Amino acid sequence: MTGKIKGISGPTVSVDLKGLKLYERVCVGHSMLTGEVVRIEQGRTVIQTYEDTKGLSINEPVEATGMPLTVRLGPGLLSGMFDGLQRPFSRLIEETGAFIKTGKDICALDYQRRWRYHPLKDKGEEIKSGEIIGYVEEGRFRHFIMSSNNGKISSIVDGDFTLNEPLVELEDGSKIFGCYEWSVRIPRPYKKKFSPSGPLITGQRAMDFLFPLARGGTAVLPGGFGTGKTILEQSIAKFAGVDIVVYVGCGERGNEMAELIEDFATLTDPWTGKRLMERTIVVVNTSNMPVAARESSIYTAVTMAEYYRDMGCHVLLLADSISRWAEALREISSSLEEMPGEEGYPTYLASRLSNFLERAGVVETLSGKTGSLSMILSVSPPGGDFTEPVTQACLRSAGASLMLDTSLAHKRHFPAINWFQSYSLYEKAISRHFTAHISEKWDELRQRCKEILQRESALKEVAEIVGMEGLQDSDRFIMYVAERVRMEFLCQNAYTEDAFSPPEKTVLKIGEIIEFYDNTQKTLKEGMPIDEILKM
Amino acid sequence: MRLSEHIYRTVSSLAGHLLFVRKVFSSRIGEVARIIAPDGRVMEGEVLKIEGEDVLIQVYGETRGLDIERTSVIFTDSVKKAPLSEDIIGRRLNGSCLPIDGKPLFIPEKWMPISGYPINPSSRASPKEFIETGFSALDGLNTLVKGQKLPIFSCAGLPSKELAAGILRNAAAKGEKGFVVIFVALGLTHHECSFYTDVLEEMQGGFAAFMNKADDPVMERLLAPRFGLTVAEYLAFEKGMDVLVVITDMTNYCDALREVSTAREELPGRRGYPGYMYSDLASIYERAGKIKGMKGSVTILPVITMPEDDITHPIPDLTGYITEGQIVLDRELHRKGIFPPVDVLPSLSRLMQSGIGERNTRGDHRKIANSLYKYYAKGRELRRLEAIVGRDSMTEKDRLMLDFADTFEKEFISQGERRRDINETLDTGLNILKRFSLD
Repeated sequence: MTGKIKGISGPTVSVDLKGLKLYERVCVGHSMLTGEVVRIEQGRTVIQTYEDTKGLSINEPVEATGMPLTVRLGPGLLSGMFDGLQRPFSRLIEETGAFIKTGKDICALDYQRRWRYHPLKDKGEEIKSGEIIGYVEEGRFRHFIMSSNNGKISSIVDGDFTLNEPLVELEDGSKIFGCYEWSVRIPRPYKKKFSPSGPLITGQRAMDFLFPLARGGTAVLPGGFGTGKTILEQSIAKFAGVDIVVYVGCGERGNEMAELIEDFATLTDPWTGKRLMERTIVVVNTSNMPVAARESSIYTAVTMAEYYRDMGCHVLLLADSISRWAEALREISSSLEEMPGEEGYPTYLASRLSNFLERAGVVETLSGKTGSLSMILSVSPPGGDFTEPVTQACLRSAGASLMLDTSLAHKRHFPAINWFQSYSLYEKAISRHFTAHISEKWDELRQRCKEILQRESALKEVAEIVGMEGLQDSDRFIMYVAERVRMEFLCQNAYTEDAFSPPEKTVLKIGEIIEFYDNTQKTLKEGMPIDEILKM
Repeated sequence: MRLSEHIYRTVSSLAGHLLFVRKVFSSRIGEVARIIAPDGRVMEGEVLKIEGEDVLIQVYGETRGLDIERTSVIFTDSVKKAPLSEDIIGRRLNGSCLPIDGKPLFIPEKWMPISGYPINPSSRASPKEFIETGFSALDGLNTLVKGQKLPIFSCAGLPSKELAAGILRNAAAKGEKGFVVIFVALGLTHHECSFYTDVLEEMQGGFAAFMNKADDPVMERLLAPRFGLTVAEYLAFEKGMDVLVVITDMTNYCDALREVSTAREELPGRRGYPGYMYSDLASIYERAGKIKGMKGSVTILPVITMPEDDITHPIPDLTGYITEGQIVLDRELHRKGIFPPVDVLPSLSRLMQSGIGERNTRGDHRKIANSLYKYYAKGRELRRLEAIVGRDSMTEKDRLMLDFADTFEKEFISQGERRRDINETLDTGLNILKRFSLD
């Protein structure tokens, strides 16, 4: 089916093509730009293009594809780097050089590469859709192949195969391939969802100890510029205790991405000792790349994350930053001339966001395995003001919120997690887990640590009026201990060895400080002056 | 490709810088249109929107004198392109890329679309080479790196132009071959323009300037930075030069953007600025960078005057989210007579970590910078306390910290017009630290 372009305004194009479905993918113009149908009216269809429309002319052809916007799922995605439409950057360089030009549809997977197939189901066996029928070795991962149909196996490929050859043929004549396409907007199915319970170890003391995250849970990191959101996200991406990390650079800086890619290529995973990139998929749509592809980038990423979850992996999706996604949504909405809600954002912002966050969770997959998908999203509120709509919409659906504080960042306290404003709904369950598995004093120490920080903030107000000298010795001592908690325990330099702190080390460190506090308090009570204690 | 030129005399309405043409047979989005006014003046415009046979054009230039009956519009079938040649070095042009130094236009080697293309993130080389600016506040604590975009946030009345000029002079004076400055002036007064012109002429290295003065067409402010950056990319990635692009003042750019947006009756965002301002600014700033396997680099140093001295105003706010740090100027330091009045606490260079150390500056750089920063922050915090309880009721250590903060401002930050190389900067810092021995 082909039609013609009848109007163009920024990234939205209207065409006279009839018979299109809502959210169908179309090819726009001579340069075959990717677009998605967003509105259908009598005799006119509105298309959102995912690429720069500059140079597009009226009356150029528009072609329907009959498919929604999809991603390709199959072996070879790991350690890949893709843009918001799942085009691999490495092959884009071959096509268009160091600068990205429009209108190149490049497949995410390598159809030339040969893979060795290890069948788990034999000829004659009955298989169901979603069931695991075999695997290939993708680096150090066992990449399971899931059936897309029900039926009885009639033949199996012998040995090596490429992705365009069928792996298994069924008796009814249908074929199963090593890869397939999946619509990005439809969550992948599962049997059952559980509530998050196991810990997601991040290696960040402030998070693991005070505001722990759960596998299958969601967390947001709101913070103004310069509060270290990106560095924190990247540290988590490097050290998180999961099988697979999907990192989305959504509307952020190109140089940061270059640095991240370089880091990941050289660093090793502290959990397995293998190269970090082997467990990572990177999706990048920098701020100067087309806005609509920025909107779709998080969906592209989450679909790939779900695919690996379905193999029984623990997957972590990190997005930096969800505010840029929301802004892309706003730009698209306003170019469609929709009625705006708060601060110009479309009224469906909160529902889209909660739909997205709901794709996280611990699930029993169709094949009976248990996998989890956790999410950590950074939020960049304009002016550092947490009352704005995106932060508020995030707070409503996320399980944990780690507020990054500008004044802490100015003091070079990193990660700048504010310990009074942040919270985690998984706190109780995960602390219980750590108390049972790491140290029985975990929970108690946590309470003590919080108390000290609380006391400090109360005393600080007094000290601002009467001066430090005016405080009682015991109070001055608390101020001193709290400073140690802040500087030695909560601060973590992302550029040193200390960047990753396993829970054992975390509890040891805080244990030492609290022990010092208890012991010294005794000597203080015995009458030793505070100045002498501090000199020691 | 159209085989013949199409001339239309079907202008249907005119409003501000916008012009509607009816019954257009074929046109492209982003296409350049030439507009011929009744008095024979020729202006350029860009196609913003096409709806069937109706086309909306944004006119660059003065729209006064246009009418519906006699104005004609020619569609050129091409997007806006910049003429490129190494001969641009040493030239001064206006916001539409026409010479204003009295000489004819150079012969272009090629033409490139001024909107540019995004750099493939995996082709980017991460910026690691130090640029010496000669200012301690920058080199020591907020190091500038090749391929970085680092804005100067200034307030009305602060000496941002002296700082920018100092950086221009000193960065160039490093004597590297192939160092070029692209200077883009947006809505500057005549006085400021001539100040910068003098600085540029004095420099040994090459420069190219795009000057849009306060009384030049507002719409050209949207073009000038893109011309400048297209030239910068050409010189950097095709000729292997290190290019520093100074754009001043981006506040005027954003105001021009707002003007167009409201004329198009778009939904306004914060303070009336359009909702797409983030993406638009990113399309300028993100052109900074280095590319793997290529020699040159594009470094961008925009100057922004914060309206009402407010760092949360949309312009500095969105800029801060895109750029790799910021240099913040402070009124109080300026009042104390400190030049450059850089407040190092809110200032930040995100790429500093990879641009300093043994290979680039000196092995002890990081340590010195961290200590200076830490004690100064502490001293500044104590100043608040001092204001309440008075100096006498503070501990001896706190008083020492206060003295440190004063000395740091007077001896390290303040340096006047004199250039300091990185060794002198670090030694000055080390010297102050030793004198106070706070550790």
